[in-house]
Amino acid sequence: MTVDWGWFPDHVDDLTTLTFDHLSTAVPAVLFGLLIAVPLAVIAHRVRPLRGVLLGLSNVLFTIPSIAIFVLLLPITGLTRTTAITGLTIYTLTVLLRNTVEGLDSVPAKAREASTAMGARPLRTLLTVELPLAFPVIMAGVRVSSVMAISLVSVASYIGYGGLGQLFTDGFQRNYPTPVVAGVVLSLLLALVADAVLVAIQWLCTPWLRRRA
Amino acid sequence: MIELLTNLGHWLTSGAQWSGPDGIATRLLEHLQYSALATLVAALIALPVGLLIGHTGRGAFLAINLSGFGRALPTVGLVTLVFLASGLSMWPVYVSLVALAVPVIVTNTYAGMAAVDPEVRDAARGQGMRWHQVLFQVELPLALPLIMTGLRLACTQVVATATIAAYVSFGGLGRYVFDGLAQRDLVQVLGGAVLVAVLAIALDLALAAVQRLAFRNRPAPSQAH
Repeated sequence: MTVDWGWFPDHVDDLTTLTFDHLSTAVPAVLFGLLIAVPLAVIAHRVRPLRGVLLGLSNVLFTIPSIAIFVLLLPITGLTRTTAITGLTIYTLTVLLRNTVEGLDSVPAKAREASTAMGARPLRTLLTVELPLAFPVIMAGVRVSSVMAISLVSVASYIGYGGLGQLFTDGFQRNYPTPVVAGVVLSLLLALVADAVLVAIQWLCTPWLRRRA
Repeated sequence: MIELLTNLGHWLTSGAQWSGPDGIATRLLEHLQYSALATLVAALIALPVGLLIGHTGRGAFLAINLSGFGRALPTVGLVTLVFLASGLSMWPVYVSLVALAVPVIVTNTYAGMAAVDPEVRDAARGQGMRWHQVLFQVELPLALPLIMTGLRLACTQVVATATIAAYVSFGGLGRYVFDGLAQRDLVQVLGGAVLVAVLAIALDLALAAVQRLAFRNRPAPSQAH
């Protein structure tokens, strides 16, 4: 199996397009995942009986093969990017929900009580005390789910929205390894860069953790 | 929706669907075989590595970041690559499943070993225990719950991903997903997905039961915080 280096200069434009394509599926998926997971986590954190149900349900979703999720969404959303994004969103939910609940759990009861004692309503306590303190644990979940989403986008190539995953299908059909190698390497790099960007965002957003060091 | 579920019920319960060389029973066994072998090989590779890194403390950076790399590796790409390199064989399936499971097991094994109280380790050494005695009689038992968590997680992911065996024309429950996809037969896809999910959950519960049974003489671990 040899890599045909001459292929790369001719396909820079394609690779750029596919990389952006890849990101425009993965990024919305993680954002929608957060939009759904955070409110659910708050509910799971406050209402104990629902906690097991919600976490259990999200664990079950995680066991469904990713290809099947995309195919099952086809009759609802068709051959569109929405299908790819929705499928990935479902996948990010497990990690995001679990980490957000754990993050809220890790907030010291005293911090919460102090906030209440100062007259803050529950919503204000949540937004200004609990979520900021839970932020590092939530971000750990965002990092894991982003890396996962970026590697899983390629599965959506079966429905035509696989981003860099299209290169796998292409190489598979033509029995030509070069695009496959390019796809794997770029997908790995993209995950690495995304992770680094998220670490930087976390560093910028948590100045109180920096002063301690 | 209701119609789909009714059809799914028929599909899952009809006797004809369960028997024969492409029946559910055969596919289930194939799926179980791929998953079990891959998880076993992964454990044989990953457990010694994780234990060694945890015991010596060397290579901790690798152990921590390996699981990130494992998550970042696109499985479909890896399967395709190994397929193009090796031709029609089981290699693509096993290589990608093992590559998926090894990082999870290494990271969790290391995490379990790292969580062992250093004072306990020192006490064991102070009593004159040799390194292998410290490892197997002190560290390993203490790290076992987290090691089991890693094995369970790896098993779940392998079972869900073993679906790709069908992508390179082998069997397993993925057959229903890919054949259903090719035939636009949604009931078949859904049936395959449900079976994979049920298998993954059943195996996880079984491993959890084994874990409980093995630790029944131990006091319940104190909850964090």
